[in-house]
Amino acid sequence: MALNITGRKLFVKALKEEGVDTIFAYPGGMITDIMDELYKTEGIRVILGRHEQALIHEAEGYARATGKTAVVLVTSGPGATNTITGIADAYYDSIPMVIFTGQVPLHLIGNDAFQEVDIVGMTRSITKYGVTVRNREDMGRLIKMGFQVASTGKPGPVLIDIPKDIQTVSGSPEYPDHVDIRGYHPNESVHIGQLKKAYRLLKNAKRPLILAGGGVRIAKAQKHLLTFATKMGIPVTTTVMAKGVMPDDNPFYIGNCGMHGRYAANKAVTECDVLFSIGTRFNDRITGELDKFAPKAQIVHVDIASASISRNVEVDVPVTADAKIALEKLVEYAEPMENDKWLAKIAEWENEHPLGMPNTKIGISPQTICEGINEVFPDANIVTDVGQHQMWASQFIRLNKGQEFITSGGLGTMGFGFPAAIGAAVGKPKKPTVLITGDGGFQMNMQEMATAMTEKIPVVICLFNNANLGMVRQMQQLFYGKRYEITDLSAADGKYYPDFIKWANSYSCKAIRVTKAEDVVDALKQARKNTAGPTVLDFIVSPDDLVLPMVKSGTPLSEMILK
Amino acid sequence: MKNRWIALYVENQVGVLAKVSGLFSAKSYNLQTLTVGTTEKDDVSRMTISVMADDATFEQIKKQLNAMVEVIKVIDLTSIPIHMKEILYAKVSGLDCAGKTEAFQIAEVFDQGGNVKIVDIGADAVLFECTLTERKNNELISLLKTRYKKLEVIRGGAVAVESISSSCR
Repeated sequence: MALNITGRKLFVKALKEEGVDTIFAYPGGMITDIMDELYKTEGIRVILGRHEQALIHEAEGYARATGKTAVVLVTSGPGATNTITGIADAYYDSIPMVIFTGQVPLHLIGNDAFQEVDIVGMTRSITKYGVTVRNREDMGRLIKMGFQVASTGKPGPVLIDIPKDIQTVSGSPEYPDHVDIRGYHPNESVHIGQLKKAYRLLKNAKRPLILAGGGVRIAKAQKHLLTFATKMGIPVTTTVMAKGVMPDDNPFYIGNCGMHGRYAANKAVTECDVLFSIGTRFNDRITGELDKFAPKAQIVHVDIASASISRNVEVDVPVTADAKIALEKLVEYAEPMENDKWLAKIAEWENEHPLGMPNTKIGISPQTICEGINEVFPDANIVTDVGQHQMWASQFIRLNKGQEFITSGGLGTMGFGFPAAIGAAVGKPKKPTVLITGDGGFQMNMQEMATAMTEKIPVVICLFNNANLGMVRQMQQLFYGKRYEITDLSAADGKYYPDFIKWANSYSCKAIRVTKAEDVVDALKQARKNTAGPTVLDFIVSPDDLVLPMVKSGTPLSEMILK
Repeated sequence: MKNRWIALYVENQVGVLAKVSGLFSAKSYNLQTLTVGTTEKDDVSRMTISVMADDATFEQIKKQLNAMVEVIKVIDLTSIPIHMKEILYAKVSGLDCAGKTEAFQIAEVFDQGGNVKIVDIGADAVLFECTLTERKNNELISLLKTRYKKLEVIRGGAVAVESISSSCR
């Protein structure tokens, strides 16, 4: 019988056994014991963020860049509630993560004690699983369960709430290798009959199209998709969450579809006769008006979550499976098809309305900045915030070297970008990390500059600064008679706060303001050289630049606003 | 839209009821009744849930419930043979002598082998205790509503079990 150990010792033991080498943490009264144990522990890097929401986004960036389950540690009460937006973001984008929250001692739970909140209750609808450890003897099993649930099936955040006294009380030192969970059986196989049916449908199509979603990336099935599509000669469109699963220079890749997708991609969705969709939940940003989505197509839907199938779009051939397991099989079946006429039609659409922005009146065209990033950072992981810049990045950034495109797709969380970029850079220190952000979203988590400076994280911050909340302003410009209510971030006298250069300099951070197109590449090159810490590139862009094409919310994909 | 029935085996743990009921409120599913109780196993509870839903929504509900880590098993009771009963208390007051006599007559007519009884009585009130199907209880309540002005109804929600060789729903 092994000697009993304290809960805090078991906590660290669990992290070690899970192979956790980095955690994102913020201190507080109800986790001081765990912090003290971490002090005595070698081999776990603790990144101290500056706000708990940012910690979660950092962990998201880390998980996206490494494929590992990210770990966050925060205290009870406000420390826990601050994580909620981040947890919702991780839930909607299926990010594997275990969040540990401190909790008041068991005897105080329910007393409205200082810094007590029911965080498990508050996050019930945005976690895959959440639990308060009420018994020291359950701790090992519950932590193991957390890691198992977070990382398998359709991944997602798990919250484990640990009361202070559980951290100090002694109990079994056991940390199990595996926990049997009788209510949890992630799908690990594929119904061959259904898959063959799906394949036959695709093979006999005249105008086949593959729609790949983020599930392909999560399943690490990019190569299988590439082989399958190129072997059969079928064009592939992606959701924003799947950008990067097909190299942008692949001739069968036709770009993103959806609200700000390519003209040709949305036309292809509308005109195809078989839509083979895999790893997407048919979010409304992808489908437009549901009744007119892929109206001529029979639809195959492969997804790991049976609850995603036939929820938004009625499906002809449902296949419940992990994208990689399905694609491995499909690659075996794949035989070349004769799709030249169909591919030529798509190329014709692309020529009719290629992606591209008109010349800008003020500052630099966002397209020019993206092209500069493509030139100087062809190997970088790209992280975005939420807004116009995000959509421009999804249109103009080219990913050809298997890089990640890390973005908040489901929840659309402003403030995601900067901390996520920090997390991605922590996870992949040898790979450059470029953040594309707007001046609105950046201000929502820019306190993390302190984290980036103290941890010496060389994130290249490309600020698309139009002094406005551009995405909503675009709606006002197009649909609300240019009545720009609360989207202009400048003061009445036109002065803009802050001056990002002076602000960055106050952190001793390198910062360059770029106002001319011809200076873009040089500024990016300077940033690339600065590997000692972050660089701010304050690109001045016009508030009147639009993200186009645009499908107005609730209208069909075929009805695109093009200019 | 149709009334549907599900039985759920769930982990007997803190928060599981909140998780299950939270699904219905979060996704605007039309929950009719939900009962929960322990089973022969200490760590397993069983819920009986009725919802109003169309086919597609009901499929979604079952899938969403199945996806929950705390849900061990989902059984669709809608179209399989089951036994189903609901406990009902109905207190009728402000009665005169004739009213009370009529209450006893009603109880007698609805009774099927001891499952409708008048279990308490006072100067101007009687208490019905019924263990009927939900539909029979509905019928009894509508009758009592037409006959009596002062009526108090307490319903327990239905519980159901899969049949062995006969059924009653």
